[in-house]
Amino acid sequence: MTVASSASPPPFTATHGMAIRFTAFALVAAALLFLPIFAGRALLQNLFFVFTMLSLAQYWNLLAGYAGLVSVGQQAFVGLGAYALFAAALIAGLDPLLGILIGGVVAAILALPTALVVFRLRGAYFAIGTWVAAEVFRLVLAQFKTTLGGGTGTSLGPDITNQMFGLKWIAATFDVRTPAARDIAVYWLALALLLGTMALVYLLLRSRRGLALAAIRDSEAAAVSLGVDSFRTRLAIYVIAAFGTGMVGALIYLQKARVSPDAAFSVTDWTAYVIFIVVIGGIGTIEGPIVGAIVLYFLQDYLAHFGTWYLITLGTLAAAVMLVAPKGLWGLFAQRFDVHVFPVRRHLTISGTEEFESKPD
Amino acid sequence: MPAALLVWLDTVIQGILLGGLYALYATGLSLIFGIMRLVNLAHGDLIIAAAFLILALAQFAGVDTLLAFAIAVPVMFALGYLLQRYLLNRTLGEDILPPLLVTFGLSIVIQNGLLEGFSADTRRLPIGSLAGISVPLGGGIAVGIMPLLSLAAAIVVILGLNQLFYRTRLGRALRATSDDTGTAQLMGINNQNIYAIAMGLALAVCAVAAFFLGSRSTFDPTTGPARLIYAFEAVIVGGLGSLWGTLAGGFVIGVAQTVGARINPEWQILSGHVAFLVVLILRPRGFFPRAFD
Repeated sequence: MTVASSASPPPFTATHGMAIRFTAFALVAAALLFLPIFAGRALLQNLFFVFTMLSLAQYWNLLAGYAGLVSVGQQAFVGLGAYALFAAALIAGLDPLLGILIGGVVAAILALPTALVVFRLRGAYFAIGTWVAAEVFRLVLAQFKTTLGGGTGTSLGPDITNQMFGLKWIAATFDVRTPAARDIAVYWLALALLLGTMALVYLLLRSRRGLALAAIRDSEAAAVSLGVDSFRTRLAIYVIAAFGTGMVGALIYLQKARVSPDAAFSVTDWTAYVIFIVVIGGIGTIEGPIVGAIVLYFLQDYLAHFGTWYLITLGTLAAAVMLVAPKGLWGLFAQRFDVHVFPVRRHLTISGTEEFESKPD
Repeated sequence: MPAALLVWLDTVIQGILLGGLYALYATGLSLIFGIMRLVNLAHGDLIIAAAFLILALAQFAGVDTLLAFAIAVPVMFALGYLLQRYLLNRTLGEDILPPLLVTFGLSIVIQNGLLEGFSADTRRLPIGSLAGISVPLGGGIAVGIMPLLSLAAAIVVILGLNQLFYRTRLGRALRATSDDTGTAQLMGINNQNIYAIAMGLALAVCAVAAFFLGSRSTFDPTTGPARLIYAFEAVIVGGLGSLWGTLAGGFVIGVAQTVGARINPEWQILSGHVAFLVVLILRPRGFFPRAFD
């Protein structure tokens, strides 16, 4: 990463081809928005799975791929978001739609004290520390027996899920029954969260904070000596990722309408798959997780009947990618064709000379 | 001595014995971190894999469990050597991502491989009459022979490893590589080989841990990650780089768990985690730190 010596604001300007990319992106988003008009419930449910996993993957990638925070405890925030939504709906009687936002807020608030503890652990030990934190949240939530069902968990009844804001409008507009309307509603919410996540990550990485992040990743000592506050930058990223992960977790469990500590805080479901998506697709790029989510989706179709073999395949594939092509499938592709759909790298331009390009490594 | 006090004394003694087992889990983790700064996320699953290896030898090959254990130790050493030499050595470097993610993938592969091979049933190692023997300590307190032996094993393993490190040529090479890989290489030490030996030693200790785990409690293919977490907590509480510290860390986690369980049986695991978090907040570098990273 090359940084201009005295430029403020940072020497970032519009890159060529940006308008084309933006138009293409808007077209894809519009097509996905109107998809429920044509698509059946099965496709919407499959896409719900892909969108939520991809959103989780983007947040994990932000942590591990950009901030150097390799967490294996993101299931903490999926579970906290899910439980916050259930608590908001069951105890406070709030609309589940609002519960999603509350899920994000609760996760972000609890991420602060969590960070103060786990940030004491360096590098690889940080990873296991985040796992311990997730276990603590799981065990504590299992103690809420009367309100949240303890270890066996609890469900959202149709009286709550069917009263969600906007559901009647969807049912009337699409002329479908309530369960189908719910599928459309959660599909749109997943799409909205995914687009919001992509926009957030993209804009964040192109901001001054993103530049600071890249500087810390490439050389912490150099970044700190230039005035970057490493702790605060990492803390901000950790809390932002917790907020997004919490919202996605809340939405996933709104769709399932049933939560238990073991499921909501599952390291396999909410962290292992997510890591595999990012690593196979390409860590440290925004495009990588998209590729990884597509691979996961198609592998799942082929290997759905094998259960354990699916995980064995993914685990082996991820380890192999890390050893042979650490930048993942997208990295191989981008290197070969020099294509960047979401460019966040900066090019240093020195006035009066030709454009000077420098790659991070 | 009043009865109430005896109950707590008994609780603490049981906790220390449990801590011995946790120290056995943790010694391998501590060892490989000390020598090559590698954190092996598959450590717990390798312990469970060793337990299944002993079980397979004892149940399917009809070997006596103690003999199966004796066979498992060198087998696990060889497995560790090969694993490090041909897979994990390739992940070592400045970047912490490759070792973490490769060992995480390995963890998922081992867990699901064991599920495929042995099903999700809970198992126990058949140790015959040994399981029932207990040693009276007076005052009505008695301890099981297996918990006592597991603590003894932890002490013997740590003593043995320290003898190896400080009294032998190999130990000198291990310490030199740990202190300064570059200079050690200049002195003619093959660090690839040293790392592989270290991982072999770590997995041999895993086999010892697996024997005592499987003979005093049940296990199934999904119980590995919890072993990794207890081991990790013991290492951090004890302080990086000191094996005796790791034993002390094991005691802290073990006692916290039995005391928690005495108050409310559901709090056993949670109390261990809370003790770990409290130590991390008050003494971030643990009780007996030696390494500086």
